[in-house]
Amino acid sequence: MALLRLLLALLIVFSSPCKVTALEGDSAEVGLNYSSKSSETSTSTNVTTATITTLPIVIWKWHHVETPYLVALWILTCWLCKLVVELNHSLTSVIPESGLLIMLGFILGGIVWGADKAQTFKLVPVNFFYYLLPQIVLDASYCMPNKLFFSNLGAILVHAVIGTCWNAGTVGVALWACYEGGAMGTLNIGALQFLLFGALMSAVDPVAVIAVFEEVHVNEVLYILVFGESLLNDGVTVVLYNVFDAFVSLGGPKINAEEIIKGIVSFFVVAFGGSLIGVVFAVLISMLTRVTKNVQVIEAGFIIVLGYLSYLTAEMLSLSAILSITFCGVCCQKYINANMDEKSVTTLRYSLKVLANGSETMIFVFLGLSAIDKNIWVWNTGFILLTILFIVVFRFMGVFFLNWILNQSRLIPIDITDQIVMSYGGLRGAVAYGLAATLDEKKIPEKNLMLGTTLIVVYFTVVLQGITMKPFVQWLKVKKATQADLTLNGKINNRTFEHILTAMEDICGRMGDNWWTRHWKHFEEKYVCWLLMTSDARKHNDQIFGAFHKLNLEDATSYVTEGESKGSLAFIRNDDSASVDFKKKLALEYADIIPDIMADMSEYDFGIDNVPVMKNPIPSVSLGIHEQDSKTMPNDLNAHHLLEQHLYKSRRYNRPTYSRSHYKASENPDEMQEIFQRTMRSRLESFKSAKMGVNPAKKLSKHPKKDSTHKPNGKPADPNRTHPYGDEDFEFSADSASSSDIAGHFSRRSTNAPRAGVDNPAFIPEMDTSAPMRNPPWQTETGNNTAVAPSQRAQGRLPWTPTNLRHLAPLRMSTRSTDSFAMADASVDEEAPEEKPGTHHTRL
Amino acid sequence: MGSTSSTLLKIPNVEELMQETGFSSAHIIRLYDRFKALDKEGRGHLCPHDFGAIKELAMNPIGDRIIGAFFSPGQETVDFNNFVKILAHFRPVDKDRPRDPNSPEPINSRSNKLKFAFQLYDQDKDGKISRDELLKVLRDMLGMQVTEEQLESIADRTIQEADLDRDDAISFEEFRKSLEKVNIDHKMSIRFLR
Repeated sequence: MALLRLLLALLIVFSSPCKVTALEGDSAEVGLNYSSKSSETSTSTNVTTATITTLPIVIWKWHHVETPYLVALWILTCWLCKLVVELNHSLTSVIPESGLLIMLGFILGGIVWGADKAQTFKLVPVNFFYYLLPQIVLDASYCMPNKLFFSNLGAILVHAVIGTCWNAGTVGVALWACYEGGAMGTLNIGALQFLLFGALMSAVDPVAVIAVFEEVHVNEVLYILVFGESLLNDGVTVVLYNVFDAFVSLGGPKINAEEIIKGIVSFFVVAFGGSLIGVVFAVLISMLTRVTKNVQVIEAGFIIVLGYLSYLTAEMLSLSAILSITFCGVCCQKYINANMDEKSVTTLRYSLKVLANGSETMIFVFLGLSAIDKNIWVWNTGFILLTILFIVVFRFMGVFFLNWILNQSRLIPIDITDQIVMSYGGLRGAVAYGLAATLDEKKIPEKNLMLGTTLIVVYFTVVLQGITMKPFVQWLKVKKATQADLTLNGKINNRTFEHILTAMEDICGRMGDNWWTRHWKHFEEKYVCWLLMTSDARKHNDQIFGAFHKLNLEDATSYVTEGESKGSLAFIRNDDSASVDFKKKLALEYADIIPDIMADMSEYDFGIDNVPVMKNPIPSVSLGIHEQDSKTMPNDLNAHHLLEQHLYKSRRYNRPTYSRSHYKASENPDEMQEIFQRTMRSRLESFKSAKMGVNPAKKLSKHPKKDSTHKPNGKPADPNRTHPYGDEDFEFSADSASSSDIAGHFSRRSTNAPRAGVDNPAFIPEMDTSAPMRNPPWQTETGNNTAVAPSQRAQGRLPWTPTNLRHLAPLRMSTRSTDSFAMADASVDEEAPEEKPGTHHTRL
Repeated sequence: MGSTSSTLLKIPNVEELMQETGFSSAHIIRLYDRFKALDKEGRGHLCPHDFGAIKELAMNPIGDRIIGAFFSPGQETVDFNNFVKILAHFRPVDKDRPRDPNSPEPINSRSNKLKFAFQLYDQDKDGKISRDELLKVLRDMLGMQVTEEQLESIADRTIQEADLDRDDAISFEEFRKSLEKVNIDHKMSIRFLR
């Protein structure tokens, strides 16, 4: 707090002289080219403006930096406020952060008021709409749970469009009726102005809603309904506001049926036009990310800039900017996430979060700050109280009525508690304030009353409803969000369920939700993905596959951590792959314990609370990684990159823990690091250029028991194995034959170092010759006769060279029907029966 | 009303059927119309090839399994009552209708829905999803992009996740446990038109 005060004092000190100087004209043209002959301006504070007789060494150049400096200082101040608020967790658990920030805003405003005796800083609508709001909406829409959003889009739209119109209309009319009834004394407000006020009051604010609901963890359907509604409803509100604003400018008598129809038409044009602009920009962004591979550093920036441009473009065309950026974010997320590098996705996510959270904080602080202004406070008890009453009452009525209609056709009806929370979650926020502040005082004489009332409503909803929301939700026993763990079973079965449902709908012969979903998916797969995704990304665009990949990555991470803490992780590095291995010693040590531990742990985990595999301690984690090592696809570059990342770090940071046998103490760590980095870089490049990798080892069984069971890939069972890791060691060392004499050592570093180039001739042929692989049936069907009886090592390699991909792509469309599936099976059975004895499809 | 009751009269044991499946008479009539439309030859029962004639079903990767689920083992036909009983698995669970504790579990209960899904995997009906069975389903569902190696590792991993007794297969109990957190009522229900 003390720091804050200090900062604020600083701010005021800075800002007061600047006002003085600003009055005297721009006298701050200073610098070394400052001519001594120039007319001496006399400002008391600035040393630079005095006549200089000698070359100044240090000059005070406040005016040069005034605006950006103040902006930066204010940003810092607001963020420090957030810091202060977050210091005390017991407080934030009772009062939502947004409310606390508003209160801190009051204090800051008070200090400014005390220093300046006037309101110097406030939230200007232009700044709010152009610089603070877009990134919040972009972040919200980009992080929107896509599937959930679109599957509830109908309900969200009903609430956002009809609900908002209902709120705007009823609040306006009811207030006007009360005014006519004499509840507010004499005010200079007409019916149209009341409607305009109702329109701006109907903006349920996504910022406030997210801030409150994120802390409450309600179930996901309820969350998406409230959140989606608040997001879309902003757009609708702005449109409504503009229509009513135009009506107010026209004046009552000129409004006839034609104008009203025009208003309705413009409502739809603005709303749908804005959404369309957003979709167009989403397509643009997605297409752009197809080709940004070479400028990965600024990849994330493209999305932010283009998103912002979609906002501005819609604004320029006087379409709904908020809707535009919302749909832009929602529509492009899937494709850009697939197209961009994983690192860029993380970057984007974090930078958006920084921007959004930052401006959210600023908005709340300034909402508080703006209140300290005696000009806007025109008190009218009747008006204010009635407004609060009406927005709450009509919100409840609207939500209940619309939900009742929706429930007639919803598969899973929205239950009553959810409806109450939905109604109660109608928080008003900065959008309402921004709109109220843009009101034109010439047209609406009572602007200040409206502004003041808006602020009070905002405080009432954000602070009071925000505080009561959590106990309210608990009291109502609203279904909370269940923490869904990522499991393959879940993913696979989800997919199965989808298929079953569509099949059932087909059998019943009706076009249901699943029919639409499925046809959209079909269309998307065929055209949209082709247009918007890189071929690489298309390949990986499978949920089950993605889940598998993610689980593997998590395993890899925990494996490395575990291995390190045991001090037994070793590296085997060779030209084109990195692999991890447990040292024999550890494996032997654990050999007899492992099965027991494994059984115990999994019993515990799955039996009690279904903790997913990756949370198991070492044994099963190590199993996971061995799958990763041995079986995942080498072309799965991400996995390898990430794995390497982890390995690289761990080696660097934890060297002392396992240096006893593998490191010579005399080695210069700096040099090591440098070489390491260089080889890393060159390998990354060659990975990229070759578009494929080589997997070090073949598939391994998970536990010894399985060895005696049937192995479909033709791998002979090894009954003599004493422990699960026995033949792995063999595999790994065979793979890295050249360097296995010094396992875990950078034996190749002298040879690797000069290989910095991408087009290493020694490297590429090796890649190509490594292509012999095991062909899946569908490939054999195309007559792609690369089917070579594979060695065990080759089996571990992946058939995806770019040429093979080209074979696969068209084939994928053509093999939709089950017949060609069967044919593929038949053909493979003829051609290579000994290759895959266990893969016959027995079809029904 | 006349046509309604006359359609209902054609269906044997219609009262019992409605009782058992929870479908309203409007539902039953609608399904009966559909049944007749599928039964092109008018034999009063459906054969697998009647289902096969549904174009969209051929596009469903596990369509054949689902068709198979309509036929009890050894039978080549399914009559209307059994047809409706299968479909009744997918009726949304009705919360408000209080259930008689003595009455048998309704067809659309959670565990019955799960059983339906389970038997799609468990083609040899031994009460367990073996690795091979899972692999077959995965091969059907994962499409061309994934290689055999990957399929195998995914299958291994899936079994490992769910397998509690380490017999390398997923029993129904294990299956149920692995989906404990999934909202089955939601995911295994479709809206039947009235």
